[in-house]
Amino acid sequence: MSNVLILEGIEKSFGKTRVLRGIDLEIARGEFLTLLGSSGCGKTTTLRIVAGLETPDRGRVLLNGEDVTEREPWQRNVNTVFQNYALFPHMDVAANIGYSLKLKKKSRPEIARAVTESLKLVQLEGYEKRMPSELSGGQRQRVAIARALVNEPQVLLLDEPLGALDLQLRRQMQTELKRLQKRLGITFIYITHDQEEALNMSDRIAVMREGRFVQIGSAQEIYDRPRTSYVARFVGNANIIRVDGRMLAVRSEQILLDGQETPGALAAVVKEKSFVGGMLRIGLELTDGTPVTASRHGIDAAWQPGERLYVSWRPEHGVPVEKDETAAGEEVDEEAL
Amino acid sequence: MKKRSKDGLLIAPLYVFTLLFVAAPLLYMLALSFMQRAEVWGVEAAFSLDSYRKILQPVYRDTFVESVKLAFTTTFLTLLVGYPFGYFMARLPAKRKSLVMLLVVIPFWTNALMRMYGWMILFRSNGLAEQALLRFGLIEDSLKLLYNYKAVLAGMVYALLPFMVLAVYSSAEKMDWSLVEAAKDLGAKNWQAFATVTLKLTLPGILSGVILVFIPSMGLFFIADILGGGKIMLVGNLIRDQLMSTRDWPFAAALSVVLMAFTMLFIWTYRKITHSDELEGLL
Amino acid sequence: MEEKKTRSRKKKRIRPSDCYLGVLLALMYLPILMVILYSFNASKTSVVWGGFTLSWYEEMLHDRGLLQALQNSVVLGLSASAIAGVIGTLGAVGMSRVHFRSKGMLDYLILVPIMVPEIILGMVFMVFFSLLSLPFGMTTLVLGHSAFCVPYVYMMVKARLIGIDKSYAEAARDLGARERQVFFDITLPLIAPAIASGMLLSFAMSLDDVVISIFVAGARISTLPVKIYTQLKTGVTPEINALCTLMLAVTIFLVLLSGRLQKKKL
Repeated sequence: MSNVLILEGIEKSFGKTRVLRGIDLEIARGEFLTLLGSSGCGKTTTLRIVAGLETPDRGRVLLNGEDVTEREPWQRNVNTVFQNYALFPHMDVAANIGYSLKLKKKSRPEIARAVTESLKLVQLEGYEKRMPSELSGGQRQRVAIARALVNEPQVLLLDEPLGALDLQLRRQMQTELKRLQKRLGITFIYITHDQEEALNMSDRIAVMREGRFVQIGSAQEIYDRPRTSYVARFVGNANIIRVDGRMLAVRSEQILLDGQETPGALAAVVKEKSFVGGMLRIGLELTDGTPVTASRHGIDAAWQPGERLYVSWRPEHGVPVEKDETAAGEEVDEEAL
Repeated sequence: MKKRSKDGLLIAPLYVFTLLFVAAPLLYMLALSFMQRAEVWGVEAAFSLDSYRKILQPVYRDTFVESVKLAFTTTFLTLLVGYPFGYFMARLPAKRKSLVMLLVVIPFWTNALMRMYGWMILFRSNGLAEQALLRFGLIEDSLKLLYNYKAVLAGMVYALLPFMVLAVYSSAEKMDWSLVEAAKDLGAKNWQAFATVTLKLTLPGILSGVILVFIPSMGLFFIADILGGGKIMLVGNLIRDQLMSTRDWPFAAALSVVLMAFTMLFIWTYRKITHSDELEGLL
Repeated sequence: MEEKKTRSRKKKRIRPSDCYLGVLLALMYLPILMVILYSFNASKTSVVWGGFTLSWYEEMLHDRGLLQALQNSVVLGLSASAIAGVIGTLGAVGMSRVHFRSKGMLDYLILVPIMVPEIILGMVFMVFFSLLSLPFGMTTLVLGHSAFCVPYVYMMVKARLIGIDKSYAEAARDLGARERQVFFDITLPLIAPAIASGMLLSFAMSLDDVVISIFVAGARISTLPVKIYTQLKTGVTPEINALCTLMLAVTIFLVLLSGRLQKKKL
């Protein structure tokens, strides 16, 4: 039995909103799995169901082969790092971290030892007596992780834990978290809407949309062989171009631009240029109105808005993708694309 | 399901207490107002509108009208004095603000009778206020500052001012001052910015203050007693006398029902205008 | 140089708004100061100043009736705020968790006692307690006062509960706490300052109340405010000054305490 967690046909509605429409997932022991999706796709609800903070309408949650669907959170060996950390403001760091052990009626020295150990793990030695309000965002983050780990959970759930940190700290914490996970061998289920973060950290990524998984696979698979147009756009920032009735995903850096017409190339007009994230982005529009983005290194290129160009790509860079099926009659959050 | 019933137990005391000591007494008051006074002692459980008819008798009707007039005047004066206070208070620098806040809250928590008593010491004939005025030659004779209508009015304003100040302050404090600046930036003069932005945004505070002052001022019989020297009769005094001396309970109940209706009307209007359940600055 | 001068003048200039606040505050406190001043006045007529004395405080300590009234007021205030503390807190916590049909109605009814004129409350309690044939005395006083104290605690705790992030409770559950433990370890400590503030306010309001007490105290028992009221109507003895000064001291202490508790808000 190598699967530590299995989700079977999970469905959940809040009032009339169907948040989860049948979630199936198997997670191996020691795996780093990321649920990736835009806000409102149901990833947090999935996590809360695993934690036991929410009960599914249909389906089962199996932890180590045991059905825990109806069990209270305190009956499951799963812990969560909350989005806003949720450190108890009236307890100091030691009391926060030791809380779960105190509930288990561990002896005081035992708790103190475990607290010191886990603070060491997150590199916050000597912070026992600080109050949460005296800590920086990054430190709170570490305490939240230490608090969730001290219990030695079989699965650690992380709900956008780095969302509130600035970019530099974020990068640093990504590396640290990944290292921690490898060292402890604990299964991580990680939620993010940041595809870069997901690609960076995960063994496997599950891309979610409208309460379903669109694609589950390794970072490499998801990035190189997106199954649907949504995945291609969300994960790889790819252009979706229709050619001969087929949908192809082409990533912006693989778009070739040429002033001369070449066989198979598509005519386009330059619409705008902008400098984003160290790359020059050139926004174009094909003759059928499809927007296409090309990116180049450097801060400027010779092409000017209004200029006619020809867009092409190498055959191996055009990945055929499926059209996404949308839930009929319900609103779709396309804004995050 | 199990969880729900446990949480239900938590509100059980509140539920029972509220039904027993709020809802039931009020319903009884309503019922009582339709009963009749018994010949000798107590009440008779026979339906009658006599008590309500009695309110319309000129002597009682006048008392009612006088009370409402006094309450309106009190509220108006309190607003006039209290609004600038609350407004200026909200604009103070943080440190001084909390000091002034403290100074306003203390009278709010202090026994109203004691404050009335101090008021009496200050304004009685030959009291400090009068002596000071005499000395500076502002007056020549004793002013008779107490035991009349004006004294009751002044006492009411004095007693209820903290309510208005706190209500106005609470909404002025929450106000986004950059909106006023934006209005000025767009060409509004000071008074225009005040009239079009500040006044509108502090309206919940004003209304809340009006309620918090108007409602009690209808019933504060002891101020009328002490400062009016027994000459001023308000609904509050009337109810008290009907209960304690005349012992016409159905009439007292009818008076209370009408007063209650007034209160409800006011609160209902407040809710309609502000779309809010909570009164600004009540705590 | 010139510029510096104008700036310093600007700093010293007293704004009209500050004057307004100052004058009104002075007017607010002048009567209170009068009471304090005259509590140390040796002259009995209290119109003229006859030198400093503490004799009114001494006399107050020997006035049996006054001390009895003081004791009644304290017992009453403590009982009412304790009852309000329990009922109001449990109620606010319960109401934040359950939904039922008459909830809105109940939420409205709870606040009625502090919304309607006190005279109505006094009147309904008087007639209602007579109907139940409850003997007028401490019991009726405590019940009557609890009625207007419960809403204070309820409102303060309710406001605090809304302010508490619900993820704290979820984090506790996630870490292995059961409902009861979540309440005692997390919720209760977080709302404790609000409970305490509510109870302090209740105590102060109970100590302040004349209207309701007059109606439900009955003939045999008296509270301090009722005693003061009677004296104000019939004739004041100077020891009332001393008593009022003491009560003022207690009030200021309560206000400061409550202020501290509110500042501790997280």
